Amino acid sequence: MFGLWNFDGGIHLPTHKAESSLAPMQVAELPKELIYPLMMRNGEKAKPLVSTGEQVRRGQIVVGADSWMNPPLHAATSGKVRGIEQRLWPQPSSLVGDCIVVDVDGDDESVEFQGTDNYASTPPDELLNKIHAAGIVGLGGAAFPTAVKLNPQQYAIDTLVLNGAECEPYITCDDSLLRHFPHEVLGGAKLLMHILGVNRCLLAVGEDIPDAIIALEKAQSEGEYGNIHIIPVPAIYPTGGEKQLIKVLTGREVPAHGIPAQIGVICQNVATAAAIHKAIITGEPLISRIVTITGRGVLHPQNLLARIGMPIAELVEHCGGYTDSAQRLIMGGPMMGFALPADDLPITKATNCILVAGQGEVIHDKQAMPCIRCGACATACPVGLLPQQLYWHARADKLDRLMDCHLPDCIECGCCDIVCPSHIPLVQYFRSAKSNVAAKQRERLKADHARLRYEARQGRKEREKLERAESAKRKKELLYNTTKIQQKSEPVP
Amino acid sequence: MLAFVVLCAVFAFFGLILGYASIRFKVDSDPLVDKIDALLPQTQCGQCLYPGCRPYAEAIANGKADINQCPPGGEEGVKALADLLGLEAKPLDPELGSEKPQRVAVIDEKNCIGCTLCIQACPVDAILGAPKFMHTVIASECTGCDLCLPPCPVDCIMMEAL
Amino acid sequence: MTPRHDRRFQYCHPSMKDYLLILVGTILVNNFVMVKFLGLCPFMGVSRKVETALGMGLATIFVLTLSSVSSYLVETHLLVPLGLEYLRIISFIVVIAVIVQFTEMLVHKTSPLLYQVLGIFLPLITTNCAVLGVALLNVQARHGLIESFLYGFGAAVGFALVLVLFAAVRERVDVADIPTPFKGNAIALITAGLISMAFMGFSGLVKG
Repeated sequence: MFGLWNFDGGIHLPTHKAESSLAPMQVAELPKELIYPLMMRNGEKAKPLVSTGEQVRRGQIVVGADSWMNPPLHAATSGKVRGIEQRLWPQPSSLVGDCIVVDVDGDDESVEFQGTDNYASTPPDELLNKIHAAGIVGLGGAAFPTAVKLNPQQYAIDTLVLNGAECEPYITCDDSLLRHFPHEVLGGAKLLMHILGVNRCLLAVGEDIPDAIIALEKAQSEGEYGNIHIIPVPAIYPTGGEKQLIKVLTGREVPAHGIPAQIGVICQNVATAAAIHKAIITGEPLISRIVTITGRGVLHPQNLLARIGMPIAELVEHCGGYTDSAQRLIMGGPMMGFALPADDLPITKATNCILVAGQGEVIHDKQAMPCIRCGACATACPVGLLPQQLYWHARADKLDRLMDCHLPDCIECGCCDIVCPSHIPLVQYFRSAKSNVAAKQRERLKADHARLRYEARQGRKEREKLERAESAKRKKELLYNTTKIQQKSEPVP
Repeated sequence: MLAFVVLCAVFAFFGLILGYASIRFKVDSDPLVDKIDALLPQTQCGQCLYPGCRPYAEAIANGKADINQCPPGGEEGVKALADLLGLEAKPLDPELGSEKPQRVAVIDEKNCIGCTLCIQACPVDAILGAPKFMHTVIASECTGCDLCLPPCPVDCIMMEAL
Repeated sequence: MTPRHDRRFQYCHPSMKDYLLILVGTILVNNFVMVKFLGLCPFMGVSRKVETALGMGLATIFVLTLSSVSSYLVETHLLVPLGLEYLRIISFIVVIAVIVQFTEMLVHKTSPLLYQVLGIFLPLITTNCAVLGVALLNVQARHGLIESFLYGFGAAVGFALVLVLFAAVRERVDVADIPTPFKGNAIALITAGLISMAFMGFSGLVKG
């Protein structure tokens, strides 16, 4: 039996998983169009590698890699590029930006994929290059570039953690993956252990999805996967948060403002592990993922294996369309997702769930009331912060006090929001405070830079003045000497 | 009489102690000016009625200037200065200007005559050019201080919002 | 009359217990700010930020302890032998002023930011009635050297403690939803009154 630790805080939420997990997982049909937003991690615009009218095939790169922090994006199926159009980006702030739109031709022709079964002899660096070239990012929701995460440089790693906890309500995509593709996940774990040079893997699975645990254990007994422990973890939200999961499994705490690599752990989502396995063994890049489409607003909630870039409208159509009670379209889960203004937006690598909230589901219209300082938020916070203090300081714009209360460590899980008896939208305050702090830091850097340039210019002006004075003095001396010589050589009248 | 003499002796003794202390603990530079300067936006625009951000910082440190004279710093800048110095935050002095959104200068190349007057005016050397050659503003270095607009003889510089 | 108050036993050597009682008495029971209501000017003026309050508290501990001991020495070795007790107040004030001037120069050198932030309140420690109060109360209670030291130190620690506590409360109160007529010093004084009531709960803990 594997002993587990606890983390402070967290809340029990009704899971709402049966709605989508009971239905069998299906493979979504090919969409009519694919949309690829040209957005990069740092907010800058990406450059497309294809042009209007070009024929693309499945697995062809459409957006090139900018650096290791921006892996390439591949076409999910074959078709012709209709053009670069201005469309809504699937982002919380509803920005409009350039998107590559591909008209799918239905042939699903692909480029040649080169995989290898025998990776044990391949050096880890080369495998990381392949992972980067396959465009693999974290599929747990944050989409952090996997090749960067698997390269911890100065930190020594001793444990690989695979996150199948899936603690957010409504989402069952990882459950579906574990039940249908357990061998890919375990194979991915073995691969990752080879890349990282560790011999211990802890695969956490939520207690509330026992079928997934059974499927994994059966797959493990059928193959040679090495030292992988399959561990059921309690269904407390947010056990699936990276830092919380590491605490639960290993008892180690990630230091504030730090990364898990600092304590010798690397955490990956189970879907990422499966994608890595696919990329190395078959050579196919990341072009599809399992997405949960659920909520009272959709007729047949289920999990779909969908191509990345597929419009949400077509996904919902595949699930039977909207019901009469459909109220709001949410990308992500009820805790960390964001609302979408339209359904012609595409799913991205980070999309794990499309929640079509029905009447009275998820959304409540209660007005925010004044804070009664009850402290329930501090009890619920899984990071051990003081949301009440962060709230008051965020309201008063006291950025230095916000940093004293460790605002950057907030994982925006929403536990404080849920337990607040006054229904104060705390996470919204923290998000805007974080952006204020970031803006202030950028401003300060810019001001420091401007000051350096100003001082350099003053220095240059001083130097020029000195040089002019020097040369004037020299000229004067020269003139004086010449005059003296002339005077000497001339006879006195 | 005795009281007077004793007191004078005691006070003289204390005076000596203080005299020694004032030499021993003499303060040369004023790092407070650096701390104030770090909070100013460094546009070197002169709207505070001082020739640059550092002179304004020195004036604040000497108590000669008020903390609400910097429009580019805005209300936030006044608040930051108030927090640093333990003073009350007050609204910006409206006579000196108001907080404007971030802007950069853009030179209309059709009209530029290559006179270098704007290059000499820019406090952070953000304008690239040479006599009789095209001038251009390096947008990433421009702080939006507006100092290049008055010297231009053909009025070819515009301020554009970011 | 109990032996402690009988003049014949006046010069009994005080024990460790007496020293401890002086400390507890000045820090908590007879806190100079909250119970004796001395030193309210810097208390209200420097308690906007916790860091400033801490700086002021430490400066006051330095000044008060030093002036408590110095005024005892001046009283015992200068004023009493020469019969100049009537010059007590003047000489104590001069002693305090010199010590504060010295402290001001020290703070200016070591922490110019604290110097600027404390501003006028640093030299105003001279007029802090708690400082003169400690010096005079030492004389009244006929304290010895160590007792004077502990009395001054305890009084200043009590002052610093309350100052820092009050600054912490005030920081939170400043960002809270206070009705407009109460904002600023009004709510601060009400808070100070409530803290004072809390401190009066210590009364009876130590006699005298």
